[in-house]
This record gives sequence, C-alpha cells and structure tokens, in this order.
Amino acid sequence: MAKPIVSYKDVHKSFGDVKVLTGIDLDIQPAEKVAVIGPSGSGKTTIIRMLMTLEEPTSGDIIVDGENLWKMEKSGKMVRANEKHLREVRGDIGMVFQHFNLFPHMTILENCMTALTNVKKVDKETAKKDSIDMLEKVGLGDHVEKYPQQLSGGQKQRVAMARALVMKPKVMLFDEVTSALDPELVGEVLEVIRDIAKEGEMAMVLVTHEMDFALDIADKVLFLDGGVIAEQGTPQEVIENPENERLQDFLHRFNR
Amino acid sequence: MNNWDWSYFLEAFPFVVTGLKITIGLTFACFLFALVFGFFWVFMRNIPSKIVQWVVVWTMEFIRSTPPLVQLFFLYYAFPMVPGIGVALSPFTSAVLGLGIHFSTYIGEVYRSGIEAVEKGQWEAAKALNFSTREKWFKIILPQAIPPTIPMLGNYLIILFKEVPLASTIGVVGILQLAKDFGAQHFNYLEPLTIVAMLFLVLSYPSALLINKLEQKLNRRFDKNEPTGSKPLSESKGVVS
Repeated sequence: MAKPIVSYKDVHKSFGDVKVLTGIDLDIQPAEKVAVIGPSGSGKTTIIRMLMTLEEPTSGDIIVDGENLWKMEKSGKMVRANEKHLREVRGDIGMVFQHFNLFPHMTILENCMTALTNVKKVDKETAKKDSIDMLEKVGLGDHVEKYPQQLSGGQKQRVAMARALVMKPKVMLFDEVTSALDPELVGEVLEVIRDIAKEGEMAMVLVTHEMDFALDIADKVLFLDGGVIAEQGTPQEVIENPENERLQDFLHRFNR
Repeated sequence: MNNWDWSYFLEAFPFVVTGLKITIGLTFACFLFALVFGFFWVFMRNIPSKIVQWVVVWTMEFIRSTPPLVQLFFLYYAFPMVPGIGVALSPFTSAVLGLGIHFSTYIGEVYRSGIEAVEKGQWEAAKALNFSTREKWFKIILPQAIPPTIPMLGNYLIILFKEVPLASTIGVVGILQLAKDFGAQHFNYLEPLTIVAMLFLVLSYPSALLINKLEQKLNRRFDKNEPTGSKPLSESKGVVS
C-alpha cells in the first residue's frame, strides 16, 4: 500500500471533562475520498478540525505527508508545535466550512486571490488568472466582481470551494458543507464536489449527512459513534451491509 | 451688573477666535495619538501571559479612574521630577500625552469591541488559508473590525474636543484661556465666555450630526443588504417555498 498522506495514531480529544474522540486510528491515502458519517455529537467535525489545526488533540499524533502536525523536534525531544511549524505543515490542507466563512469585505475574486498573493506570494496577474479559472470551474465566472452578501448560499459555498482549491491542497476537508443550505441549493454544491472528486489527485475528507452522496463518491466510509470509529469500509460494506447495530439504526433514519 | 454689550462682543470675538487654531490643533493631535496608542493596548492585551494581562488591565483601569486634569498636572509639574526618566515637557506636549493616553484607553476598548465582533469563522478561514499572524490581522480581521467602530471613534473625538480646555490649566492657550484673558483686561467676562460656549456648540453639534449620518451609512453597508446587481436567491426564496 502507498504511504498515507494523513495518519491519525491513537488520537484523543477532550473539551474540558467531555471526551469527544477516543483512540482514533486512521490512514488516508493520497487521492482517497473518505466520507465521515455518524450522529451529531459523535466527533465527526472534530476529526477534521484537528487536521486543519483548529483544535489541538489532547493526545496522539497526526502525521501529514511524513510530518508530525502538532509536534516538532526541538533539541532531540518532541515538543508542542509552534505556529511556524503548524504553518509549514498546514499548507497541504484546505477546508470548506459549513457556514462558508467568506471574507465579506472582499469581492468574490479577491476572496480567491487573497491567500495566493498574501500567503503563497504568487504575483497578482497569475493569482487573478488562476482564481478566475477556478471560479469558472465552479460555475461562478459571471460573479467575480460581486460581494459575498450578493450571492445565494449555494453560490457562496462554491466560492468557498474555489478559494480553498486554488491553493492546491493535497487534502481537502469538507465540514458539513451542505447543512446550512436551503434544500434546493444542495444539489449545485454536491455537483461541484463530485466534479472535484472525479479529477482525482487530491485526497478528500467529507463530513456529511448526505448518505447517497457519500455512497456515490467515497472510497471509504467511516461511521463515528460516541467518539470512536465504530465501523469503516467501502460504501457498500458500511451503508449497504452494516454490521454495527447503531449504524443500522442510524441508517434507518435515512430510510436505507 | 453689566448689560449685554454687542460692541464689546464684536470686539472680543476676533480675539477669542484666534485660539481655535490651538484648540482644534490640540484636539486632533491628542486624537491621533489616542488612535495609534489605542492599538498598543489591543496588542498588549493579546499577549498570552497572565502577568502582562494583569499589568495592562490595571494600568488601563488606573488611567481611566484618575481625572484627566490630575494626569495633566502630573505630566507637566511632577514628571520632570521623577528620578531617572523625568524630562520637562512643553505645555502642548504634556497635553497631547496626557489627554492622548487617557483617551487611548477608551479607544483601545472600542477597537477591542470591533475585533470581538468579527465572527469566529473569519479567524478559522484565515487559518485554513494559512495566513501568517500579521497578514491575518491586517488583511482579514482589522479591515472588518475597524470600519464599524468609526461612529464610536467620532463620538470620542467630540468628547475629547470638549475636554481640551483642560489644557489651559497648564498654559496651552486655546479659546477658553484667551476669553479669560480678554475678560480680565476689560473686567467683563460675560461676552467672551459666551463666545467660547458658542464656538464649542457650533463645532460639536454639526460634527455629531455628521457622525450620525456616517453611522447610518455604515450600518447600511455592514448589514450587507444592498446588492447592486441581481437579487440574491436567498432573498427571493420566500416566494417559492
């Protein structure tokens, strides 16, 4: 098997006294598409938030492309990573949020360009061209001069995807990206994710409630329950022939 | 008992008005100082150390709880005598530092309220896009945090303007001091001091109105409800569903 792009090794996470994740072990291969499902409060979102460095694990290691994300070597010892180390490793990862989190003081185009010019130090012309290409790809080529507040939720979420994609991450994280959308706008967002998934090269982790969608695009499905990975396997194994009783109950509620 | 004397009024007016240059100049000098120094407090309060936090919070509390007049007197009369660091300051410099530092504690809090109003998701997006701390503040957070606070800052400018006559006590000669001098020379304070009050009113009130206007304009801008192009779908959905 190829070297995984991301490995979780016995990762635990607590918020105060509340244990959210217990002993997570997980490998994500380059280009692998992983769907994370499970009841709310099961720790799905926390798994990817730790990878995006938005939450720090209580214990355990997360390895990204051979580098320990939250720890670094300092005079022969492994110590807590500083911001500089986090910045180096974090560059491989991109994320799309449930509530879009577009920058309201920038146009759609500026939203896409800002990290290219400010973080990657790409020159303005190239950044603009890449951003416009990406916005066209998500079907928003006509809206580049608008501000986020002038767009629908589905359009905003597609901008957020373009903004993350244009940075060319090796791993893209999707945090319930359709949950805040009106039902009629979910389709256009899923369509874009499907297109991205088809292109292949990038690993993707999707926290989602869209069961059909997960079944359709994922190589691997994780069922998270009570802070542990209760079941994992191919979509067929997990969704169509669930062994875990809780998973059967959970899927029932989605009429499967 | 004097009667109101228009010719005396007209005589005093041009004399008192010359002080506006100092009064207004000092106001803006203090305000500029406070605007810049306000960021210092924000910066210090973001240093993740309990001790620094404690020192900063109590220093701010101390500055706010002491009358500006006491601070002016201290800077002008007592500071030169502080062993080691004491230097004599001109009246104008003392006033800029004294009132500037005093107001910077309020302005620092205004900045802080603006920064806290920026949604958590904005910080997370900046992190997810791997912005450095500096870029995150200058490109993402402050451009969103500061504009909504402009009306509040404007209010402090007006309050500061009205505190500036305090500086006459350490010898900065603005309109109040000139009016007092003029009154003393002619043994009649009624008209000169009325002029001072009038000037303050005439300058403060329109500024307050202007700030009000600005606030309405900013509210409209930050409520984000005025698309120039097509109507957003999210707004028209009520008709469909």
